[in-house]
Amino acid sequence: MSDRKPPLYVSHEERGATFTPFGGWEMPVEFDSIRAEHEAVRDSAGIFDVSHMGEIEVSGPDAATLLQRLTTNDVESISIGNAQYSTITDTDGTILDDTVIYRLDEGEFLFIPNAGHDEQMEERWIEHRDEWGLDCAVENTTDKWAMFAIQGPEAEALVSDAAGEELRDLGRFSITEAEVAGTDCLLARTGYTGEDGYEALVPWNSAERVWTEFDCQPCGLGARDTLRIEAGFLLSGQDFDPEENPRTPYEARIGFAVDLDTEFVGRDALVRVEEDGPEELFVGVRLEERGVPRHGYEIVTDGEVVGEITSGTMSPTLGEPIGLGYVPTEYAETGTHVSVRIRGADKRARIETPGFLGDR
Amino acid sequence: MSFEIPDELYYLESHEWIDPDTGRIGISEFAQDELGDVVFVELPDEGDELIHEEEFGVVESIKAVSDLYSPADGEVTAVNEALFDRPELVNDDPFGEGWMLELDVEGDLDGLLSAEEYADQIE
Repeated sequence: MSDRKPPLYVSHEERGATFTPFGGWEMPVEFDSIRAEHEAVRDSAGIFDVSHMGEIEVSGPDAATLLQRLTTNDVESISIGNAQYSTITDTDGTILDDTVIYRLDEGEFLFIPNAGHDEQMEERWIEHRDEWGLDCAVENTTDKWAMFAIQGPEAEALVSDAAGEELRDLGRFSITEAEVAGTDCLLARTGYTGEDGYEALVPWNSAERVWTEFDCQPCGLGARDTLRIEAGFLLSGQDFDPEENPRTPYEARIGFAVDLDTEFVGRDALVRVEEDGPEELFVGVRLEERGVPRHGYEIVTDGEVVGEITSGTMSPTLGEPIGLGYVPTEYAETGTHVSVRIRGADKRARIETPGFLGDR
Repeated sequence: MSFEIPDELYYLESHEWIDPDTGRIGISEFAQDELGDVVFVELPDEGDELIHEEEFGVVESIKAVSDLYSPADGEVTAVNEALFDRPELVNDDPFGEGWMLELDVEGDLDGLLSAEEYADQIE
């Protein structure tokens, strides 16, 4: 099957973007330079095409019940116009996907599976809905919505210019209908860069009109990756993966997205993990010698391999090599000295809590 | 986009260049553009022996790790240590300040591409 393409594929190409396959999509990885794009988001603003993210709409009398049973957080606690970070776990408590759930209205939800997971999630939702005899519609609208992220300290000014002053007051993790360039969109104050910003759901056919309304640096998946690594955010399929790298939310340090007072698939397994504590933990790793930690590199202590880097880069903001990965809990404390094995040489490194920006 | 390909240099298919007069080695403008922002360079030490078409180091950009291959046999006589603090010189000036090392070339420069042949390869 050929890769899916975002609606602005040709426009991006004309803007000089290079592309990469990602989650079954052919997405822009770089427009100008990853460093320039990264710095624009930290210092001013950048816009990302994230149309590869999925959209699943769940609506009807039992919509909340279905979401409650298939996601780990408490869906009932989301008020209308608000969003919640959550995970979808298997019966063994490992993460199948992480997601943001938006409550658009009474009995009307939208959630955002990661790239390439939309069909699998649609199938899972429909299967469970039917099994449990629930009354709600599950619709995969991934091909109806383009999605853009406008991120950075100047995002608020840009978005309120384009969509109206009232968007300035939109609270973090809130969503509202808005008109941009004469187009009805959904605008949420969410993002994946560690900066303030918005994500816009835009009808597929109006994508160009809305994109050009936000006059800032176009950014690709390359900068999105360096920004999220600095912020310590997980990447589905890399920092956790049901096949290659199965992790519970507690291991991945997103236990805040689990509410054990609710009933959901995977809860029993997670009760046990919560009681015993996870054996391994997601950590930040800051290299103290020259080199760059990369996905798959071993984390070593006293010559013994104890863990693995799942994501890494040379941080454009800090000018230092940083990574994310998993180690046994006993090594997970901030300040613990470990090494990262890079091409056979063990390079000195220090464990930190994920999120490297501190008080930058 | 057209890239600078100095006539006086010889090239490997893997994008390294060598100056036949000085034995100076680097990577081409095309290669640095493909890599994007270079953030790290790992090079051999002075006195190390390199072998034609064998790995001698690594250049890393934000997005990729690439091995470097020697265009010739010979002993390393100089290393551009400026790259350890400023790897971005490889992007800014690949045929100038972004040079990587100098080799005391042993034997002939065989099996390398001329500027014209290299230009055909990257077309």
